This record gives sequence, C-alpha cells and structure tokens, in this order.
Amino acid sequence: MDKPHVQFIDVEKSYDGETLVVEKLNLDIFSGEFLTILGPSGSGKSTCLSMLAGFETATCGEIKLHGKSINSVAPHKRNFGVVFQNYALFPHMTVFDNLMFPLKVRKIPLADAHKKVHRALEMVWMGGFADRWPSQLSGGQQQRIAVARALVFTPDLILMDEPLGALDRQLREQLQQEIKQIHNELGVTFVYVTHDQNEAMTMSDRVAIFNQGVIQQLATPDSLYECPMNAFVAEFFGTNNRLIGKVLQDNGETCRVELKDGSQVEALAVNIHEAGTRTTLAIRPERVLIQPNRDDCPNVYKVKVKELTYRGDHIRIHTSLCENEDFVVKISNNEKKVNMNPGETVEIGWRVEDCRALDPYCSDSVCPI
Amino acid sequence: MWQLSPHTTLLGKLWRCTFLVFCGAVFMFLVLPVLIVLPLSFNSEPYFNYPMPGFSWRWYQNIVENEMWMVSAKNSIIVGLASTALAVTLGTLAALGLSKPSLPLKKLIVGILISPMIVPLVITGVGMYIFYAKYNLTGNLPGIIIAHTVIGTPFVLISVTAALAGFNLNIARAGQSLGATPTYVFFKITMPLIMPGIIYGGLLAFTSSLDELVVVMFLAGVEERTIPMQMWTGLREQLSPSVLAAATILVILLVGLLLAAELLRRRRERYFVSAK
Ligand SMILES: Nc1ncnc2c1ncn2[C@@H]1O[C@H](COP(=O)(O)OP(=O)(O)O)[C@@H](O)[C@H]1O
Ligand SMILES: [Mg+2]
Repeated sequence: MDKPHVQFIDVEKSYDGETLVVEKLNLDIFSGEFLTILGPSGSGKSTCLSMLAGFETATCGEIKLHGKSINSVAPHKRNFGVVFQNYALFPHMTVFDNLMFPLKVRKIPLADAHKKVHRALEMVWMGGFADRWPSQLSGGQQQRIAVARALVFTPDLILMDEPLGALDRQLREQLQQEIKQIHNELGVTFVYVTHDQNEAMTMSDRVAIFNQGVIQQLATPDSLYECPMNAFVAEFFGTNNRLIGKVLQDNGETCRVELKDGSQVEALAVNIHEAGTRTTLAIRPERVLIQPNRDDCPNVYKVKVKELTYRGDHIRIHTSLCENEDFVVKISNNEKKVNMNPGETVEIGWRVEDCRALDPYCSDSVCPI
Repeated sequence: MWQLSPHTTLLGKLWRCTFLVFCGAVFMFLVLPVLIVLPLSFNSEPYFNYPMPGFSWRWYQNIVENEMWMVSAKNSIIVGLASTALAVTLGTLAALGLSKPSLPLKKLIVGILISPMIVPLVITGVGMYIFYAKYNLTGNLPGIIIAHTVIGTPFVLISVTAALAGFNLNIARAGQSLGATPTYVFFKITMPLIMPGIIYGGLLAFTSSLDELVVVMFLAGVEERTIPMQMWTGLREQLSPSVLAAATILVILLVGLLLAAELLRRRRERYFVSAK
C-alpha cells in the first residue's frame, strides 16, 4: 500500500447542472486492494463507478490512474473490466464468443486467446459452458460468465456495480466468496459497489460509506463497525441503537449526555460540539449488558421487555429506552438460558467505551430536544 | 383463446359475441375484397365478374410483353431499393441520436421527422413538386428516390426507436469497457440486437415506396412512371385485368417479404432470446 493506483481528486458530478450527485470526492485506491463503495440507493455510487469507467465525465475534478489523469481517455482505452448488475452479456454470442470479444479486439493470437478463455472459465467454475447461449444460463451462471469476461483480458482494474443485486441470498453469499477468492488469486485491484452492508463487510479490504454524494467514512470494515465517526455510519453499517440527547459536559475523552427523559449517560466524546448542543449516542446491541455490574458500568437503566425474537444463534430483546421505542439487546444463544418474559422489567447497561457520542443525526429544526 | 372459462358471466359472453362479430366485419371489409379481386387476374375474358368463363395466364403475359409495364416495374424496384437503403440508414442514425437522453429539442425533431406520415400526401406532393422543380428534381428518378426516402424514414425511425427502447444500454457500455471503439460496438453489438427493428422499418419503407402513388404523380414524367402509376393510368384508360395481374404480383411479393422477415425473427429468437 504505497502509491495510489487510482485517485479521485475533488471530483464533482452533476447531471442537470444544478444538483450535485457527487460532491468534492477525494479517494485514493491502492494497488491490489478490494475497495467497496457502500451507500443507500441514489447516493451516487454508480455515478462514481461510471466516471471511473469513463461512461460519464466528471463535471469538475480529476481522476488519475498511476498518477496520470484519465479524464480524457475514452472508456475503450482504459483497460478496466466492468461487471454490471444485469449481467450485460452479449445475447447474440455464445459464452465462448462473449469471452473472445475483448481478446479479438486486442488482436491476441487465436491459440493464446483460446487458452485464456478456458482459464477464465475454469476460474469461475464454468468450464463446461463455453458453447451455451447466455439465455440458457441461470442468473448466477450469467454473472459468473460476466466476471470471467471482465478478467479474461488481464485488466488493470476490475469494477463491479452491484453485481449480485439480482440474485437470491444463498447464491449471493456463494458468489461473494468466489469473487473474493478470485481477488486473492489474481491480486488485481477491485472497486466494488453495493448497497448491502453484509456484502461490504465480508468482502472488502476497505469500505467507503457514501451518502448524498459524500464519503462519510473510509476505513476497514472492523474499524467502521467498532469506531463509526458519525451517526450515519453507525446506523448504516451494522445494527445500531440510537439515543438522542444533549451534551451536558465535555470532559475531553468522555462526555455526559442528558437524554430527553432526564436520565444521564456517560459516553465517549467522538464527534460532539460544546455543551448544550445535541448529539446522537450509538450503542451496538451486542454490547448492551443485562444486569450489569455497576462498578465497571456507569450507565445502568431499568427497561421493560417488550418482545423477544429468537434468531437461532442469538436472541434479540426489544425494549424501549427513553424516546427510542425499539432499543434492541442481543444476547448470544449459549448455555446460559435466557429466562425473561415480555412485560418484565430488567436492568440493562453498557460500558463507556461502547457508547459513542456522535453528531446530531437529523437536521436541526426537526429533531426533538 | 376460443374456449370460454366455465365461470364466464353473461356480460362476458355478450362481450365475446361482440368481439367475434367485430372480427368478422374486419375480415369482410378488409380482407375479402382483396381475396375476391385477385383470382380475376386469371380470367380468360377481360371482364370483372364471377363466374369466370375460364382460366388463363394471358394478363400476366400481357404485362411481361408490354414495355410500359416493364419500365414501370424497373422504376419501382430502383426507387424502392434505393429509397429504402437511404431511409434505413438515415432512420437508424436518427433513432440512435434521438435515444441519447441529453439531446435538447428532442420532441420537435421527432415531430419534424415523422411529419410526412401525418401530413396528407397531396400536400407533401404539392410542396415537393414546387420545391424540387427548383433543383431539377422533377421528371427524374433521383427526385422520386429522395421523396420516397422522406416518406420511408419515419417508419424506420419509429421501429428502430422501439427496438432501442428494449436495448440495455449497459450492453453497449460493456462492449466499450472490453476495449471496443464505439463504431465497433455499434456494428458488432448494437446493430445485430436492433436488427429486427431495422428490418421491419426497412420493409415498411419499401412497401410504402412500392405502392405510393400521389407523390409520384406530382414528380414523375412518362419515363419515370412506377407500377402504381401504371396501374392508375391502366384503370383510367382501358380497364383490363392486367392491372389485377400486377396487383396480384405485388401482393404476393409483399406477403412473401413479411413472411421471410417473420421467419428470420423466429430463427434468431430460437437462438438467443427465448430459451430461458
Ligand atoms: N443518467 C442520469 N441522468 C440524470 N440523473 C441521474 C442519471 N444517473 C443517475 N442520476 C441521479 O443521480 C443520483 C445518483 O444516482 P446513482 O449514482 O445511480 O446512485 P446509486 O448507484 O448510489 O444508487 C440519483 O439521484 C439519480 O437519480
Ligand atoms: Mg447504482
């Protein structure tokens, strides 16, 4: 991870000349990494990928490849493999001809090209399908072929735009593994777009979380999950409990926050302003303790159990805490039996380091407090 | 389709009756006249009524031996093929350009391009006559070819636009990302996939040229007469079943072309569209 492979420098994009779909994007992608752009639908992910592939031009800013600007390089000269959500195979060509297409264009000698095609098909476990027509393949098989076609010509970069979005969950998980394995084998740089946080979490080296055309946070999956820097990231990446409060006292490392019902919380001061301003507290459901020991847990509250949901490996306890009507506690389903019933009152709590005080989640005028 | 489901209501049955009556009426007024008239071209006597006294090829022979019919056939074919080639090229290019979402004034351009379909042919004909005369495009084939190109282009534009609407833009993008120039992508990917639309548009343009009479009457001299014009004069001067013989040949030719296109489409579909 030394010199960036791809750089976005102050890239902006507007389709209509008024609204910015991508705002001042700065992003370095390193050689060989699996970088995922994750965000809700409409956040500008595809637009970013289209600009990188050259299908759309940036309104301003620069995209660099190996330090050289590629703003004026046509898509067919970029040597990037692109995989789309709806497969985009050529329906009037067999699987074999689909894979031969990029090789023919590059005038690779025939014998060599055949070898490459077969190697690429083997790589996606589709060795026996060379003579099929795309319409004779299932969705998952078509996408495997599309992946093979995107890597058969040893591209500089592989771009994928929600490639598994149209597949069912089981197939999706299988292809996630296969794609990840291809990445490990080839060591080529991947830029992957998805709106599925599980996909981003399991596949990526780094994830850029996008919202409204702005990168909210760029980090490894574990640090995004453990240390979200703002309320959007905490909400979007993994499950989260959100509490809205007002900063009472900023102690540097930690702070005291008052909730709407008057109770107080001791939290990590991550992204807050001066005392008196609003803040969002983020607590992961599995970090909430039942009947905590008051010595190492300054935050203890009595809540009423509303509902228990059984999830096999864990159990979710739905409670309401302050104005959050669905405060969730996850406890793992191990030998310690959960004996709790809806309607009971229990004590819950969390450690200071598991509760992060972040920016106010919604716009100033709308929020309570 | 013909079977009524057991829970059809009275209203449903009435509706079905109306539907069948309507179909019958369409058949009677649209198809029957053609079917009745065509056999008369084999009449051994120069009359237009049944029962026919005998069968003969004489009217077909008449056409082949008559120089005027042969000249008009040649003209029709030249004009038809040339104007179709031009209409297909221009119509396809126009449809491609108009499929770009960012194009300004799109509706206006489409309106102008398809106006020959909407404006009565007489008006188009008068306008062309006045305008083309200035550029020496009356009384010669190039003038008629240009006129028929104008008339045929909207058919191609509309059918190719429809074909492009079902075309996934990402397929062309995939082609580019794989290293093909836009031109290569067009000829190897886009064009084969919208080919049914191009062929249908071309067939419609060709048939419209083949039986277009009004504009030809304005622009053609004796030397440039086409089959419809020859039929028209034939009908006015001496009414003979030769006209019917020519019409029969045209009908068979056009039906044959449409069938061929349909077969072509089915064969392509068997390969790569249906299967699923
Ligand atoms: N070709 C286009 N023309 C105009 N607006 C577009 C176009 N493509 C995308 N947009 C708009 O840009 C925004 C971002 O879209 P997109 O990049 O596709 O988001 P995502 O892939 O994250 O769902 C959306 O509001 C969308 O409506
Ligand atoms: Mg998208």
